[in-house]
Amino acid sequence: MASVTIDSVKKRFGRNEVLHCIDLAIEDSEFVVLVGPSGCGKSTLLRMIAGLEEVTEGQIKINDQVVNNIPPKKRDIAMVFQNYALYPHMKVFDNMAFSLKLQKMSARKIREQVEKSAEILGLTDYLDRYPRQLSGGQRQRVAMGRAIVRSPKVFLFDEPLSNLDAKLRVQMRTEIKTLHFQLSTTSIYVTHDQIEAMTMADRIVVMHDGWIEQVGTPLELYDFPANRFVAGFIGSPAMNFLEGTIVGDSGACAVELADSTRLPLPDSWTVEHGRRVVYGIRPEHLSLAQENGGIGAKVVVVEPTGSETLIISEIAGMKLHAVFRERHSFRQKDTIFLQPTPSKTHLFDAQTGNVIEGNSI
Amino acid sequence: MAQQTQSAVVPPKITFWERFENNRNLLGLFLMLPTAALLVTFLAYPLGLGVWLGLTDTTIGREGVFIGLENYKWLFADSVFWLSVFNTFLYTTVASTIKFGLGLWLALILNQHIPFKSLIRAIILLPWIVPTVLSAVAFWWIYDSQFSIISWSLMKLGFIDQYINFLGEKNNARAAVIIANIWRGVPFVAISLLAGLQTISPILYEAATLDGANKWQQFRHVTLPMLTPIISVVMTFSVLFTFTDFQLIYVLTRGGPINATHLMATLSFQRAIPGGHLGEGAAIAVAMIPFLLAAILFSYFGLQRRAWQQGGGH
Repeated sequence: MASVTIDSVKKRFGRNEVLHCIDLAIEDSEFVVLVGPSGCGKSTLLRMIAGLEEVTEGQIKINDQVVNNIPPKKRDIAMVFQNYALYPHMKVFDNMAFSLKLQKMSARKIREQVEKSAEILGLTDYLDRYPRQLSGGQRQRVAMGRAIVRSPKVFLFDEPLSNLDAKLRVQMRTEIKTLHFQLSTTSIYVTHDQIEAMTMADRIVVMHDGWIEQVGTPLELYDFPANRFVAGFIGSPAMNFLEGTIVGDSGACAVELADSTRLPLPDSWTVEHGRRVVYGIRPEHLSLAQENGGIGAKVVVVEPTGSETLIISEIAGMKLHAVFRERHSFRQKDTIFLQPTPSKTHLFDAQTGNVIEGNSI
Repeated sequence: MAQQTQSAVVPPKITFWERFENNRNLLGLFLMLPTAALLVTFLAYPLGLGVWLGLTDTTIGREGVFIGLENYKWLFADSVFWLSVFNTFLYTTVASTIKFGLGLWLALILNQHIPFKSLIRAIILLPWIVPTVLSAVAFWWIYDSQFSIISWSLMKLGFIDQYINFLGEKNNARAAVIIANIWRGVPFVAISLLAGLQTISPILYEAATLDGANKWQQFRHVTLPMLTPIISVVMTFSVLFTFTDFQLIYVLTRGGPINATHLMATLSFQRAIPGGHLGEGAAIAVAMIPFLLAAILFSYFGLQRRAWQQGGGH
């Protein structure tokens, strides 16, 4: 049980600064997911918390104790690696018992602990196997067993599900979440998969290019993205972005696209006339309108998935994705009329990409 | 249509050549022939001839007759032969052990991040690349009773007051040839083990660090067990090379002084070629076979893929 505080942390490899001033407070028994595209520094941050990388500047605290110069083994943390890092020459039992053996725990106690963890993870029947004799999902479980067996203060997960197939990934997602529910150990989880982040996290930290873009609960990030990057990263299929200019004054603003199509904004919004903006709308917030009732768009592709239909259309040279629960059988080059839900629109500054609050003039 | 169906029913005629082309065993056998011919000519025939010679009393210039195991009976009672067996074992055991220790140590150092790593690796390989005779001649000078640089240095430093008789005294000579052999053999062990070390994923060390292992425990519980398969291959080869060593001894001491450094290989050559007793020399060489076989079998069973290397099953 522990809280983790990251205080103005920077990381440089030679002259290359990969993390710029990271501030983050993780509370006791919280499940925090660091998410971002590859190269955003999320894994580096995790390895710094683990003690596998040095901190160039700033402080990392575990339970208010600065751990910058404390070696990894004294930090009382456990890590699950992407490719599991199981010791191939040790049986599952020995893999899980290794850290306890190094602690000079009695053989009886080790057996007790290992068997208890194995039971939680459903590994009891596999304790006598070598890692090579296990499937990917089982190895993944052993890697977690190795972490939970010594009841550490903090769990670190470094993309633990990336090597599994899609179905198993979904299953393990639930298992990790259940495990966290049982043990409520503070967990920091790194992934590039926003769905993993959305489904597992208490709080998500979206990272990009060594900066934290936004921190919040999954739905906060989904409903109120702070900038275009977060808006585009969270949610699948991704949010549509249409570049345009604000027209009209207070009370009846709209965004005009290059082909003079007008996209409505909520009535209460007032944005200065002529400002270059990016209009953001999620695919599920577009509905089909009667002819001439919405924005006319040309169908490019229709992708039925059974439960829903994704229609990719084109408007003013930009792609527009729309998702419907109903089935539609549009054909290529059909014109459809789409109606955005005004209250679900997002507006971003064309230059900075930051969100524009509705009442900023 | 009807015609086509009918022609499909009749089995097409297969020529011998077609059958040959599609028969894995026949074609495989055919493709192996050139290699088999080479192996028979250059390995099996000399080996068979050697075994046969050992059972005859052939001398140079006179074709021998079959005399059964007489050569072996004679050798069994020959103290020089037994001395050479002792020397061979001493030479192999001491040199291989030290080569393993030094080689592993060097490999571990070279596996770290050190400046000029590739240059240092290349330098370490040098003793292995230099022709044996050349390095043996160099050692000959180093061990020379009058011009030895070691003796000279130690004299100048005041540690000794007369030149060391490296190759003229029994135990000195044994130590001297063993050291020369180690110098030549360490690079092979070091570079092979280094290759083995590089196959161990660095993530395992990170995992071990987080599990609380210090450097020694990481070596003991991760490096050593994962290196064992390679160690057994490398050391088998090293033992075979050392056991059958000839050049180094022959250039440095020719087996002297008073047979103190005679190995089975050098004794075999000396009895057979300068001594002219081809049958007896061959018998000594054949006597090495059981020992070599033992070494190979040892590694064969040691090399059997360990359970943890096998995939699937139980």
